[in-house]
Amino acid sequence: MSALAPSTQFNRDADRVTHDLRHRGLIQKALGGYYVKRDQQKAKFNDWQEARTLAGEVKYEAINHLDKYLIQFADAISARGAKVFWASDGAEANAHICRIARENGVKSVIKSKTMTGEEIHLGPALEKSGVEVVESDLGEFIVQLREEPPYHIVFPSMHLSRQEVSEVFERKLGSEPADTPEELTMIARGVMRQKYCTADMGISGANFAVADTGMISITENEGNARLSTALPKIHVAIVGIEKIIPRLEDLALLLPMLATAGAGQPITCYNTMLGGPRQPGEIDGPEQMHIILLDNQRTRILADPEQRDSLHCIRCGACLNVCPIFKNVGGHAYGTTYQGPIGSVITPHLRGLQSWKHLSNASSLCGACTETCPVKIDLHHHLLQNRRNAVQGKPRWWEKWMWKGFDFLMTKPALYRWAAPLGRIGMIFYPIVERTPLDPMKYWTKTREFPPLATYSFKEYWRNRKQN
Amino acid sequence: MQIEPITDSRDKILARIREALQTTAPKRHLHAPAGVATRGHGADDTVHGTPQEWLPPVPATQDEKLALFEKNSADLKTRVVLCANDAAVTAALTELASAENWKRVASHRFPVGHAAILASNLSVTWVDEGYAVGELESADAGITGCECLVSQTGSILVTASSSGGRALSVLPPHHVVIAHRSQVVGDLSEALAVAKRSNGGTAPAFLSFITGPSRTGDIERILVLGAHGPKQLTVLVVG
Repeated sequence: MSALAPSTQFNRDADRVTHDLRHRGLIQKALGGYYVKRDQQKAKFNDWQEARTLAGEVKYEAINHLDKYLIQFADAISARGAKVFWASDGAEANAHICRIARENGVKSVIKSKTMTGEEIHLGPALEKSGVEVVESDLGEFIVQLREEPPYHIVFPSMHLSRQEVSEVFERKLGSEPADTPEELTMIARGVMRQKYCTADMGISGANFAVADTGMISITENEGNARLSTALPKIHVAIVGIEKIIPRLEDLALLLPMLATAGAGQPITCYNTMLGGPRQPGEIDGPEQMHIILLDNQRTRILADPEQRDSLHCIRCGACLNVCPIFKNVGGHAYGTTYQGPIGSVITPHLRGLQSWKHLSNASSLCGACTETCPVKIDLHHHLLQNRRNAVQGKPRWWEKWMWKGFDFLMTKPALYRWAAPLGRIGMIFYPIVERTPLDPMKYWTKTREFPPLATYSFKEYWRNRKQN
Repeated sequence: MQIEPITDSRDKILARIREALQTTAPKRHLHAPAGVATRGHGADDTVHGTPQEWLPPVPATQDEKLALFEKNSADLKTRVVLCANDAAVTAALTELASAENWKRVASHRFPVGHAAILASNLSVTWVDEGYAVGELESADAGITGCECLVSQTGSILVTASSSGGRALSVLPPHHVVIAHRSQVVGDLSEALAVAKRSNGGTAPAFLSFITGPSRTGDIERILVLGAHGPKQLTVLVVG
């Protein structure tokens, strides 16, 4: 992480990536296939739009009775022997997980994909306390080797070509150069299988926490989460409190929707529900299961009824995939755990509005995110609300005066009539400063032509027309 | 060693939640443009209907359900073999064993497949009384039963009791499922009901919907089978 201010870092990286044609090619290729598959799957639904409404309703019910459902979930899963720990923030969660590791003499951890774990920097915290951590999701494994954060909440290594993956495998794993995704995947498979069998602890996230039966539900394609939660003797699941859903049956709707919106699949390869450690009569499964229920500012979003529905998010990543800003600036430019529109909406709540308000301005307000969201979160309006809240919290004097001046000019027709020809005179001299540091429009003219003022106004045109 | 008591933030978090929920949030997801009639919800702000109305449709008869299961499985690279009887299952297993040169498989005792597995003369590691991880990892295939097969998605629902524990269906490189034709159900919600029923009315502690062999698209979004779990998935349907 750089020490730059978030907005400076965003502007710098966004500018660089936008001009990177190689990056653009990779992203367009990856997403092109996604759009086709997603539309095919959506078309199989009797009614995708009504399914979205119902999914939105399920999450609304859960989030607006969060206390009731969390208690129900915690009681039910504890009854089958899981230990539930409630953490206010990342530090509390990490300290507890490190304590579990220490008390059980854990030396190595196999981790399946968890964005909540990324959010609280769980991996580095464990490594600092002397535990080896291996990411088992292939994409996460690749970015871990490259020592960079995930690029996308669902497709962590989407920005890399096979050559780059081969290069990092050669450098870090000492493997032979490989040039097909198949060979590269098999190299990772070989490394990982030994880790599953020998790791002392498996760490996972959860896509849903089911209140009525007390289970977590994990969605994946690779099987790494199933292995990480079945073989090691301890399983720790880190669960954001907003992951709750009321009933097990709700998964019959949400699992197909998550897969369709997120990856254009009818359902992902493995959807696993876990309601406790190894039970009496079972032959395998972890001896201990720990659930970490994490707040980490989620209750702050909850306290804002206007944006509360951003807690409905099921982290499918669909809003990233359709966002023109994401496609141009890429996932790393955001500098956040959650990228794209949903990241721009919630990061100001998680990390502070004034430092992260710039993300809400990086939007064309086209509404593609809102339209695609499988649980109907009103994303692009939330970006506007963040802009409003940021200005109300910390008004900018020059902006205030600018609008005052504009207001003054526009409400006085006589003055406006004089000002227009003045502007035209200004245009004659404008080329002298255009694209220089003195250019008052320099941010605009960097990538665009400044349009010339009309030679006469509509009012003048109308007056002349009538005279003829 | 003195064990320090573990205190967490349960009460603080619940207090924050309750305070936040004092204000009601708008039901924004229900908003439809004015004058547009939507089928899903009425003026009383409640959603009518069940997921079944909106999800991909499921046919009515058992034969059609099996046909849809076969079609969805083929799309996701699961191989489905219809077997008339136990002898046909045995033949299918023997054929797979010689085609892939299996030395040893891992399995458990389950009604639909047990006789056929015994008759196939495969060398079997039985996991019913527990197993060593290394032994399971080095098996050429895992042969399991299941709770049911899901027509709508082409999924197989496994539980610890129906499928030999939590790892047998995911660790060996080839997963073979033996199921009876009558085990095909319509959708996920029916499948969950089946699992609850066979566990005495409550959901078992481990449930997994398996849909196709393990896969990844993490390198250039190109599909590769066998990322971590089985590279192949075969379903033998008896009856």
